Amino acid sequence: MMKLKKFTAVTLVLVLLCTTLLTGCHGNRGMDAFEIPEEFDTSRNYEITFWAKNDTNKTQTAIYEKAIADFQKLYPNITVNLRLYTDYGRIYNDVITNISTNTTPNVCITYPDHIATYLTGTNSVIPLDEIMIDEAYGLGGSEVKFDAPTKDEIIPKFLDECMLNGKYYALPYMRSTEALYINKDFVEKLGYEVPDVVTWDFIWEVSDKAAEMDAEGNFLLNGQKVMIPFIYKSTDNMMIQMLKQKDAGYSTESGEILIFNDTTEELLFNIAEHVKKGAFSTFKISSYPANFLNAGQCVFAVDSTAGATWMGTYAPLSDIAEDKFTVFETEVRMIPQFDPENPKMISQGPSVCVFNKEDPQEVLASWLFTQYLLTNDVQIAYSQTEGYAPVTSKAQESDLYADYLARAGQDNNLYYDVKLEATKLILDNVDNTFVTPVFNGSASLRDASGQMIENVTKSINRKQTVDDEYMRNLFDDMTSLYRLNQISGQGNAASGGKDSLGPLPVTSVVLLGTLVCVWVGIGLYTGSQALKKKKMSGK
Amino acid sequence: MKKILAVVLVLVMALGLVACGGGSSDDDAATKSEGVMTHEEYVAAELDTEVVVETYVQAKQSWWEDKATLYTQDQDGAYFIYDAACSQELYDELVPGTKIKVTGYKGEWAGEVEIMDATIEVVEGGDTFIAEAIDATAMLGTDELIAHQNEFVSFTDLTIAPSVDPEGNEVAFLYNWDGSGQDGNDLYFNVTVGDATYQFLVESYLCDNTTDVYAAVKALEIGQVIDAEGFLYWYEGVNPHITAITVK
Repeated sequence: MMKLKKFTAVTLVLVLLCTTLLTGCHGNRGMDAFEIPEEFDTSRNYEITFWAKNDTNKTQTAIYEKAIADFQKLYPNITVNLRLYTDYGRIYNDVITNISTNTTPNVCITYPDHIATYLTGTNSVIPLDEIMIDEAYGLGGSEVKFDAPTKDEIIPKFLDECMLNGKYYALPYMRSTEALYINKDFVEKLGYEVPDVVTWDFIWEVSDKAAEMDAEGNFLLNGQKVMIPFIYKSTDNMMIQMLKQKDAGYSTESGEILIFNDTTEELLFNIAEHVKKGAFSTFKISSYPANFLNAGQCVFAVDSTAGATWMGTYAPLSDIAEDKFTVFETEVRMIPQFDPENPKMISQGPSVCVFNKEDPQEVLASWLFTQYLLTNDVQIAYSQTEGYAPVTSKAQESDLYADYLARAGQDNNLYYDVKLEATKLILDNVDNTFVTPVFNGSASLRDASGQMIENVTKSINRKQTVDDEYMRNLFDDMTSLYRLNQISGQGNAASGGKDSLGPLPVTSVVLLGTLVCVWVGIGLYTGSQALKKKKMSGK
Repeated sequence: MKKILAVVLVLVMALGLVACGGGSSDDDAATKSEGVMTHEEYVAAELDTEVVVETYVQAKQSWWEDKATLYTQDQDGAYFIYDAACSQELYDELVPGTKIKVTGYKGEWAGEVEIMDATIEVVEGGDTFIAEAIDATAMLGTDELIAHQNEFVSFTDLTIAPSVDPEGNEVAFLYNWDGSGQDGNDLYFNVTVGDATYQFLVESYLCDNTTDVYAAVKALEIGQVIDAEGFLYWYEGVNPHITAITVK
């Protein structure tokens, strides 16, 4: 009799357990929230993975490797495995894939737009607010074995860019903006002077003139068959910055899509006009801006300040053959502006986030390594590889960094003048930088903003009609392709829970409902059988 | 009687061998449907114009966000298909030899002529064709080479020349063009033919680090002589995507 009771009880418990587990499956419930351990357990060994992006730059790889080696000397019980990517998109894709299986990296270079999507996995990314200020293990904490910056020593504007829904989900790692790289000789040959701040009117006027050809199809400016007067690397940024400069709609902070407006249409029509004249193309359509600039086939090239080492006659990095290089003077300016008195430019560059794990000690080890990436050694060394700005005042104000900036032009490698000009551009314009709102889907909106420029440019090249109807269709296509109608106004991803996951699909509701019914049925049957047997034995 | 049989057999075998020349295919391999360009017409088409071709999958480079990049070729020449709209299901169907109809726009990116913004459909009941590699060794460094852009080609008697790694050491190959990568990234290696040196690569999306060619290149030594096969890709000059090597 006792055995039967036990059996019934166990069955019922199992039924309840299974029901709970099954109904809780949706969207990967994820892990429990991370809690900071009181003490880092140095008696154990930890192996953590670090997914990083480099700009196909061997010096950057070497710096990551050195940072890992130096960190492991300080913490011999932590092994850091580096996995390198050359594309943020691939990191994003791999992280998304790995969230569902809880096999994310421990530490990851990323963009806040991407973190917004990572946060759809519950507790997948660690909020850093508490651990940043933890007395023992926080930034510059008492138990940290290296000279880390304090929270106050991170440039506030850069740190704020890592805030999603009121919490810090990343630390800034490097910051850059975009720069306008100019073949000054060409501008002067066309009868112009390079202004301190280049306006959009100026750039279109000069570019249209640079597109003029002779009867044989040679460009008058360079005598070659190839000339792209103005080429833009990231058309996402181009549209975003144009809209910001015009104070036009892009999105609200909560994710309402505002980009499909009259200003966007006006900008696209204007770009189309200059494409018709042969004045403009893009990286996606033609190739890397640096290749055209350095071959004397371009007047204006917009690329990241973190691409400065590829720009100009004496660029230390290049993809084109030496005999294709032309000699010219390179000027570096901020991107074109609509209002030169009130310049606006995007803030970009990698941030670094920490993924949650079952073992809080492993997370703490990951956090310590993340913090190490903000030390002066790493910050200064990495920032020198390209036109990057260190993200801490501790590094920016150091003597070592001041000495570096003072040596501009001393060689065409570490002190390459174009790179240092680009670096100064971001350092001098931090207050003029901005970021776009981050929400689950903001990465798609960003893609759509650039795709509209790509589509219009391609359509003009293909002799298609770009008119009001075209624009209406384009807006509809972008909305559909990037599922922007499913994003609009859904709120910030960091809020987590039901809002970010959205309602369960009907099929899931039916499946889960069926499972619950089956388990309830089993429970009732088992209970009734037990009751029957009890009655029988009572007789 | 025996003699007659022997002669007939020899003739049958000889005919069989002749039929194999220029790639393995069915008899109607060169047949194009109505409205489809010949390779000659494709080559003559202006950039940024719509092109419609029927071609045969030779290799698949990648599938990413419902877009496929393919190396394709017919009996007359090659067509590189970049980022064509393609579901995962369709991508799985595209085994080497499959005949497909591609509708897209002719574009050029850094010297590489390709079909972009394309749609793909498998030609139902279509024949199959696998291109045989043509030996392009003698064409290296000549203007003739670009006429074979994207074709499946072979190179013979290439000598592995040194590359310089980030530490300044001479090595037989690099991860990424400058040695900034790691296992799993593209492998770059230099080869010399006569006095000229060329950079070849194993494109990691086409042949990842589990493939024989990836392992073979990692085992290369400076000075070794190799034969190689691959697709005659272009990036600011010839930039072959190598799919097989044999060390001599």
